[in-house]
Amino acid sequence: MAGERAGIDVGTVRYVAGLCRLELTGDEEELFAAQLSDILNYIDKLNELDTSEVEPLAQAIEIPNVFRDDAPRGSLEVSEALANAPEKTGGFYKVPAVLEG
Amino acid sequence: MPVEDYDIVIGLESHARLLTETKMFCGCLTRFGAEPNSQTCPVCIGMPGVLPVTNRKAVMLGLRAALAFRCEIPARMRFDRKNYYYPDIPKNYQVSQNYSPVGAGGFVEIEADGVRKRIGLDNIHLEEDAGRLMHPEGSGADYSTVDLNRAGTPLLEIVTRPDMSSLTEVEAYMETLRRTLEALEISDCRMEEGSLRFEASISLKPLGSTTLGKRVEIKNLNSTRAVLNCLEYEIRRQAAALDAGEPLTQETRLYNETTGRSERMRSKEEAHDYRYFPEPDLGPIVVLDEWLDRIRSEMPELPNLRKWRFQEAYSLPAYDAGVLTQKRSIADYFEETIAAAEAMGAEAADLAKQVSNWLMGPILREVNERRVDIAGLNIPPAHLAELVGLIQKGTISKNIAQDLVPIMIETGDPPETIASRRGMIQISDAYAVEKLVSDVLEAHGKQVAEYKDGKKAVLGFLMGQVMRQAKGKANPQVVREILTRTLQS
Amino acid sequence: MAEEVASATAVEIARMVAGGSISAREVALTFLDRIEKVNSSTNAFLHVNQDWSLSCADLIDQKIARGENPGPLAGVPIAIKDALCIEGAPTTCGSRILEDYRPPYTATVVRRVLEAGAVPIGKTNMDEFAMGSSNESSGFRKCFNPWDLSRAPGGSSGGSAVAVAAGMAPVALGSDTGGSIRQPAAFCGVTGMKPTWGRVSRYGLGAFASSLDQVGPLSRTVEDSALLLSVIAGHDERDSTSLPDPVDDYRSALGSIKGLRVGVPAEYFGEGLDGEVAAAVRAAIATLEEMGASLVEVSLPHLPYAVAAYCIVSMAESSSNLARYDGVHYGARKGGTRGIDELYAGTRAQLLGREVKRRIMLGTFVLSSGYYDAYYLKGLKARRLIRRDFEEAFEKVDVIAGPTTPTAAFRIGEKINDPLAMYLSDIFTISAPLAGIPAISVPCGFTSERLPVGFQIMGRLLDEKTVLSAAAAFQGATDFHEAACPL
Ligand SMILES: [Mg+2]
Ligand SMILES: [Zn+2]
Repeated sequence: MAGERAGIDVGTVRYVAGLCRLELTGDEEELFAAQLSDILNYIDKLNELDTSEVEPLAQAIEIPNVFRDDAPRGSLEVSEALANAPEKTGGFYKVPAVLEG
Repeated sequence: MPVEDYDIVIGLESHARLLTETKMFCGCLTRFGAEPNSQTCPVCIGMPGVLPVTNRKAVMLGLRAALAFRCEIPARMRFDRKNYYYPDIPKNYQVSQNYSPVGAGGFVEIEADGVRKRIGLDNIHLEEDAGRLMHPEGSGADYSTVDLNRAGTPLLEIVTRPDMSSLTEVEAYMETLRRTLEALEISDCRMEEGSLRFEASISLKPLGSTTLGKRVEIKNLNSTRAVLNCLEYEIRRQAAALDAGEPLTQETRLYNETTGRSERMRSKEEAHDYRYFPEPDLGPIVVLDEWLDRIRSEMPELPNLRKWRFQEAYSLPAYDAGVLTQKRSIADYFEETIAAAEAMGAEAADLAKQVSNWLMGPILREVNERRVDIAGLNIPPAHLAELVGLIQKGTISKNIAQDLVPIMIETGDPPETIASRRGMIQISDAYAVEKLVSDVLEAHGKQVAEYKDGKKAVLGFLMGQVMRQAKGKANPQVVREILTRTLQS
Repeated sequence: MAEEVASATAVEIARMVAGGSISAREVALTFLDRIEKVNSSTNAFLHVNQDWSLSCADLIDQKIARGENPGPLAGVPIAIKDALCIEGAPTTCGSRILEDYRPPYTATVVRRVLEAGAVPIGKTNMDEFAMGSSNESSGFRKCFNPWDLSRAPGGSSGGSAVAVAAGMAPVALGSDTGGSIRQPAAFCGVTGMKPTWGRVSRYGLGAFASSLDQVGPLSRTVEDSALLLSVIAGHDERDSTSLPDPVDDYRSALGSIKGLRVGVPAEYFGEGLDGEVAAAVRAAIATLEEMGASLVEVSLPHLPYAVAAYCIVSMAESSSNLARYDGVHYGARKGGTRGIDELYAGTRAQLLGREVKRRIMLGTFVLSSGYYDAYYLKGLKARRLIRRDFEEAFEKVDVIAGPTTPTAAFRIGEKINDPLAMYLSDIFTISAPLAGIPAISVPCGFTSERLPVGFQIMGRLLDEKTVLSAAAAFQGATDFHEAACPL
């Protein structure tokens, strides 16, 4: 299993970069393909562990049933909300045209 | 092949906005129509360092839906992050439920063309809504705008199995879903405000064929009308393609309400890779039995089940039962009226139908005209029961009863009190009517003679005279009876 | 007086200010002056706003003049990691993508220290989004170790550690995800503590990896860390993962360690541990024994898997946490205007640094279709095994002691092009956040090149008290924490 997982090629790097919206240069693609392969190779050492009977641990301490009441708590003024927006227009955030849903 | 020669397989995903005052994970209001970006805070803008805190009511509404639809409820659930980039989801992930939805399985029971059918559910889950992305009308603007007021609003997504095979079923499903969510006060389902939105998936295969057709998903369906129009278009489009031997592809299409057509958005190969994983900023929800017990005890009967019970228990026509169970408050009102009438000793076999007629007619007309809920109409069920009883006993005529309704609303008084105070009670008392009749006969000797000569038509004239003497308040049936008897004696 | 203040602890400063022997303004001026002198050679601070600091100090002085209680941190200057939000103040998380960002709200921990009378003295340098172990990944400028300016101060809370080590602030706030408080504390010869996960609110801390991140104190003495922790710990209704348990007065709880059972894990003294570091740490453990503690050998067999599990968990979470930095709702925008995807990709490509990109890429990969079980779930399962090691060890011992880092501060440039080597330098600090347990690093000696060595003490979940007691006792018996850096 380790064998087939080790290694990440430039195609995979491109696919992943697309998923996380990173524009990479050709050099970066090569670099990341090599570095990510190294790291994944190292990570594959986890395959030495038999975890078939082990429950995943997502949080060190789980606090169940933390809720808030359905009660309003002040919102920001429109001007405060948009104060950090790189581009805005008439009370809206402005982005390049997005035409499909 | 004609369309009838294909098996149609349809599934629906519905997003219903939950009836909460505030958002899923922050205290911003969820009111529709507010000034753009006026109902946002660092949390729902997804600013650095913010953390979510779950709205208890939203979770309880999700559990209510899960119980109502007979879903399996997990003992423990989490929220998961669904990762994708879009300018209307400021964190570029949506907090949703993937691995442990609030409800798994279950069904929505519908009635289409008089046949009851269970539409299976895959799951129902809680999630936060996206904001609104808009493209300025006309002008050919090269930008879009984002309003985050809706971002973070609690949603319930209800995903069916591909169990629907006709547009009639789809329509019945959407209607049942809407009625149920409304009756259970899970969502207001205001489609014009986007409170209930749909996505459909549809495939066609030759009748009886066991190979599945290519599944096409359609997004952007903002009304039941749009769903039906779009599916109708899609059925024709796919049937035509299959007829022509053109291969269909598994793809996502976007419905264009203006053209009435669906347009290709992306193929399966370009499908999203959402990278779901458990939301690490929130702990688990351990579903407590006491929550479920309480929700169950507060849960009203589902509208469809109630409709079918009304048909059986009260021998009501399907139409009446449907109208009466449209809203929980109306159905409750109906049953309370029947109970009150029975408590007053009503025995008529058609009592339920009579109450139904009054309710569907004058009462609902007033409700609609006055734009109030039936509970706000100022006619408690006991008063309507009394009204129906008075008619049955002949104390008042139907016409008088009609006149009484607005007065009952104005004053809030019971009908008998109003009728007697205003002298609207019918004279049914035989002695009083006999007195009136003998007075009239005495004054109209000529007509009495004509009657006795066989000119029976004169009876109508004499009836009219008695009624005039009674100022319209005599019970016409009693008058006719006594008049005939006296004339013949 | 000014000179006395410059070397005073937070406890002493608060006492002096509250007692009226010096004003908060004078204290602030002393430290602002020191920042003026040495910040340019260390780059510990990214933002200093003298006017704001002084106006905060004046508020404390006015409180005292009115006879009000100025709080337990009266007039204590505090350096704040730039990952913590302060309303209206720059908060960059060390990234150029947030260069001009001004949050509209203040982090809970910052609010708490201000309410306790502390005076914010500046915001400290860090690895971009806390991703790094050397501060070389700061989006703005490298930060230098005051013991040897050619060496890394450690990271990611490097600026906070340097600020304390070089006398620019008596105490600082940092955040620790895989060692980001303890490792720079060790490299810079100061005390730094990562509390139990959930003990301190994360609300307002720019997230790296949610299930590991924890805010904590840096200071010269354990007593100061105890004081600061008492102020910042406690439940916060804005953080669903913050623990409801009552908070101890950690300072007054510092006590004797007679009978304390100290676990010494063999795995912490294996291959890769620098000889001089090993010697200093062994001597530190011997000191605890001399003071009445008993040493017990324990085993943490899954230590070799900690870095791998950490990479998966932290990078997966961070790939999602950092998705919001896209140039749409706040922060800088760069690159394409031809379409939204081009805008995202261009902005992120130009304004995020290489280490951040690398981790986002890896995190995205381990969550992507087909790899979730093989990597992400596997990582969470390994995490469970690592946690189990600690649970078993803590049945036999009260604390576990060992080195904070395998080596003393490495040279700038030494590891920056070898990410795996960089990650492996956190091998000893990474387990505590995976298990959620509290851990502290205190100075325990020097290498022959006079670089500080850190001694790490870890404890049971929510047992900060015992960890702090052990560390305080060690400091009571040693003077490594009093050594002044040459700067
Ligand atoms: Mg959804
Ligand atoms: Zn909000």
